[in-house]
Amino acid sequence: MSLLEVEGLVAGYGMVSVLDGLSLSVDEGEAIVVLGANGAGKTTTLRAISGMIPSRGSIRFDGREVSGRRPDQLLVAGMAHVPQGRGTITALTVEENLRIGASSRRDGDVEADLESWYQTFPRLGERRDQLAGSMSGGEQQMLAIARALVSRPKLVLLDEPSLGLAPLVTSEVFSRVAELVSQTGTAVLLVEQNAELALDFASRGYVLEAGRIVAEGTAGELHANDAIRRAYLGIDP
Amino acid sequence: MTDFLRYLFIGLGNGAIYAMVGLGLVVIYRSTGLLNFAQGEMAMFSTFLCWQLIDLGLGIWFALLGAMIGSFLMGSIVHRVIVAPLGDPHEKPLAVVIVTIGLFLGINALAQLIWGSDFRSIPALFGEGSVSIAGAAVQWQKIGAVGVLAVEALAFWLIFQKTRVGLSMRAVASNAESAALCGIPVARVLMLGWGMAASIGAIAGVFWAPNVGSLDPNLMQLTLIFGFAAITLGGFDSLVGAVVGGLLVGVTTEVIPKYVSFLEKITLAPAFILILVVLLLRPEGLFGTKQVTRV
Repeated sequence: MSLLEVEGLVAGYGMVSVLDGLSLSVDEGEAIVVLGANGAGKTTTLRAISGMIPSRGSIRFDGREVSGRRPDQLLVAGMAHVPQGRGTITALTVEENLRIGASSRRDGDVEADLESWYQTFPRLGERRDQLAGSMSGGEQQMLAIARALVSRPKLVLLDEPSLGLAPLVTSEVFSRVAELVSQTGTAVLLVEQNAELALDFASRGYVLEAGRIVAEGTAGELHANDAIRRAYLGIDP
Repeated sequence: MTDFLRYLFIGLGNGAIYAMVGLGLVVIYRSTGLLNFAQGEMAMFSTFLCWQLIDLGLGIWFALLGAMIGSFLMGSIVHRVIVAPLGDPHEKPLAVVIVTIGLFLGINALAQLIWGSDFRSIPALFGEGSVSIAGAAVQWQKIGAVGVLAVEALAFWLIFQKTRVGLSMRAVASNAESAALCGIPVARVLMLGWGMAASIGAIAGVFWAPNVGSLDPNLMQLTLIFGFAAITLGGFDSLVGAVVGGLLVGVTTEVIPKYVSFLEKITLAPAFILILVVLLLRPEGLFGTKQVTRV
């Protein structure tokens, strides 16, 4: 059974409709990518799923219909969202950001967890008392991801982690995230413009155009698809 | 010298009350990121609540406690029913600020309606007695105001820096959207902030009322201006700033006009000159945080 099942999702901003009946699904522990050009509706998809904007259609998460729920309720249910532009809370320190991330947890292991995050990301440990807003883009992206994962979600929505990062930093971020989610068994729904990296990371993917899914398949199939190679990978077949 | 000390303590005592009003403003600014123009009128309403409880036979300290609890509910409800439905204050700060100005008028009218304009007064929390400090007679009430202010400031600092709730409030103030994505029930956190600000307003009002003599619906209007002055001086988001700013405003408006004759009739002027100078040198105020952003 799917962890997340979205059917006929319609959403937009004000009178402008961006998503036009989008459907997708994510299985437990699976890494899924949604590819699409600027303005295709990638960010809107994630924002609608996590309840940041109102939507119509069905969103089933972990066996329950969750459309209409607020983001904080969904986080408690096990769905974390790393928004575009990272969304680190700049006026708080690194450690406070992580504590906020863990604020939905009611178990007592948070302290031990923070220590293990500092071991995973030594940069965060070194800067634990520094304001998050003073860190570099790559560090803030790592912090945003760590903050989402420290809530021990079943699913993480990742919105263009490559945005504004240097290529080397981006591939570092992707490989760390891949390690982390495979260790914890967390499912990932990633939206990305950087198709090359994203298809390496994900096992399956969707292609979004003008608010609709126009293609889907395994990462290998999408990688081999001529139209996708031309449009998103910049390769002339 | 004795006169100077006397003026100084009066200034500190009044400044402590401006600082309390300032603390309420800072609490709302830190949780919602906006200025609450109704802070003074909410405090006035709370003071009437306290009077009502005294009138019903409660001792003044219990009446104050009751007024604080009532004010907490009032603040939470005002946020839930009037402020929250407007949506994210960061998106339309002006709309929310204008609504707080409307609240200012509304609460004032409501108090007139309920309590009318009969003469009423509230006794001083620390009585009418005074103590001699270095030859100057200082009212216990003034010393009490400074002491209570210290306790309030410490309590708020502990809440904001050392508790989960305080951390949530700071997170919501900095980035409400991200805080929600981290599982923080934003609306509930904001309600709590408004409740806390209203409670502290009750203390400010009950301290201020004996100063003015009578209790009327325009009780807190001047103190609200002084409260704004205090946090402008100290920094909008700083608890320490509200305290230091409030005391400085209290002292400068009390002491300087006594010695500079042309300021005698415009006691506010020295405080505003001080604010101007500070803002020129440090636009974020004495203790305010400079916004650090990096892209």
